[in-house]
Amino acid sequence: MLKDITLGQYFPGTSVVHRLDPRTKLLFLIVYIVALFLAVGPIAYAVMLGLLITFIAVSRIPAKAFVRGLKPLVFILVFTGLLNLFFTQSGKVLVSFWIITITLDGLLRAVFMVVRILMLVTGTTLLTYTTSPIALTDGLESLLNPLKKIKVPVHELAMMMCIALRFIPTLIEETDKIMSAQKARGADFETGKLLQRVKALVPILVPLFISSFRRADELATAMECRCYHGGEGRTKMKLLRYHRRDFEAFALAALMLAGMIVLNIFGL
Amino acid sequence: MSPILEVKDLTHIYSAGTPFEHTALEGVSFSVERGEFIGIIGHTGSGKSTLIQHLNGLLKPTSGQILLDGKDIWENKQATRQARFRVGLVFQYPEYQLFDETVYKDIAFGPKNMGLSKEEIDNRVREAAGFVGISQEQLQVSPFDLSGGQKRRVAIAGVIAMEPEVLILDEPTAGLDPAGRNEILENIEAYRKAKNATVMMVSHSMNDVARLTDRLIVMNGAHLVMDGTPQEVFSRAQELLEMGLDIPEVTQVFLNLQRMGLDVPTVYTMEQAISALKGGIIGA
Repeated sequence: MLKDITLGQYFPGTSVVHRLDPRTKLLFLIVYIVALFLAVGPIAYAVMLGLLITFIAVSRIPAKAFVRGLKPLVFILVFTGLLNLFFTQSGKVLVSFWIITITLDGLLRAVFMVVRILMLVTGTTLLTYTTSPIALTDGLESLLNPLKKIKVPVHELAMMMCIALRFIPTLIEETDKIMSAQKARGADFETGKLLQRVKALVPILVPLFISSFRRADELATAMECRCYHGGEGRTKMKLLRYHRRDFEAFALAALMLAGMIVLNIFGL
Repeated sequence: MSPILEVKDLTHIYSAGTPFEHTALEGVSFSVERGEFIGIIGHTGSGKSTLIQHLNGLLKPTSGQILLDGKDIWENKQATRQARFRVGLVFQYPEYQLFDETVYKDIAFGPKNMGLSKEEIDNRVREAAGFVGISQEQLQVSPFDLSGGQKRRVAIAGVIAMEPEVLILDEPTAGLDPAGRNEILENIEAYRKAKNATVMMVSHSMNDVARLTDRLIVMNGAHLVMDGTPQEVFSRAQELLEMGLDIPEVTQVFLNLQRMGLDVPTVYTMEQAISALKGGIIGA
């Protein structure tokens, strides 16, 4: 069950998507998201969807992995869809009974909303699937570097993110282990009333907190032993450098954004 | 008498149907009699932990059956829940599962989940604490104020308090000093004798399993490869070494003696070694 969490997961590979500079991918994702919000009509959506599918195909990551990542979102998707379906009252009425009126506008808006969320999440997942956490934080640090001028602790933030991403799988494993141990003592997490279920979490959360603190302490000691003292004067073994493919990706991003603006103006 | 536990053709595949598919157990079968002390040995990743988590129904077999007293533990929800209580499982580093305010409450967690009466819980907690040498005063302190060895023993008491007929422990002595190790092993043996319980212990210490157990199960690469008395298993020392496993130090010494041409038997405990040597000296 907990193994289904795909956040921060990384599928090693050698595709073009994998080899792109992490900064390129981050910027591309931002442009993609902006473009997605500019999309209004079916043609624009089709273009964006086509692009996304192409990227996934190029990355050679099985589509199954993306479907798995979307599973936890089913509730939000259904909720958003229904909300848009029932509360949009303009346009041609399709069905009307009792207090429910479904209009053509509502139906279209619901579909577009759900597709938009799906594409948002899948696009972001593609980034984490194809970029190792270290590369990702490196890229983020490099992109945010200008903020150092206004005293934002960029390096520290990037390091925190890196550690957090690194420890997600560890914590999941730990939670799994503690749950098993408490189940072996007859703990029951699946049945009972809400209050009982909340109470049943105490035997998991207390050991989990304690071990997280212990881990943090050990990690801090280990980092100090290796003379870590923050970002000041720290150099990098692997310097990020843009390649030809990165410029191509930027060109594609610009084209995509321009195209979406044009389609937006024409309302397609 | 019928065996208390029976494992029939057990296979477990993790993440079946994904690229991460991994067979942890394949076609494992054995049965366990009441009162036996069984050692489970095997390389890291040989399937030991997966195997023991099947015995109390924490993991569901991909195929095969686990019979407790002749009844499949996956027959219905009730049977699975019963298996959790009748087969007590102590995980590796169990001290990390302690959570309650006092030692007493923590040990009482299992019995409470069983739905026992207050008096019965009280009896069980005090008896379990007695088995692992936790004093009455210590019952009222926070488990987080105890030493590492004491925490471990409290955690074991938490499982013993459910009075399982089969007690399974995954490396109960890992990371403890020699005194702490012996203490825990004695606690386990005391419980087994007092309740005529079956004990299964995963261990990497060949000296411990040779000294304590009367049967050894050897796992290698998801398969059960040996099942017999320590005498039988350790006489196949070469195969064990090839699997990357150890043999007791004293066995190693005696094998070297044999290689040097001395007529000594294959022994696996210190007592046997002493009597063999004495016999040899007298015989000479």
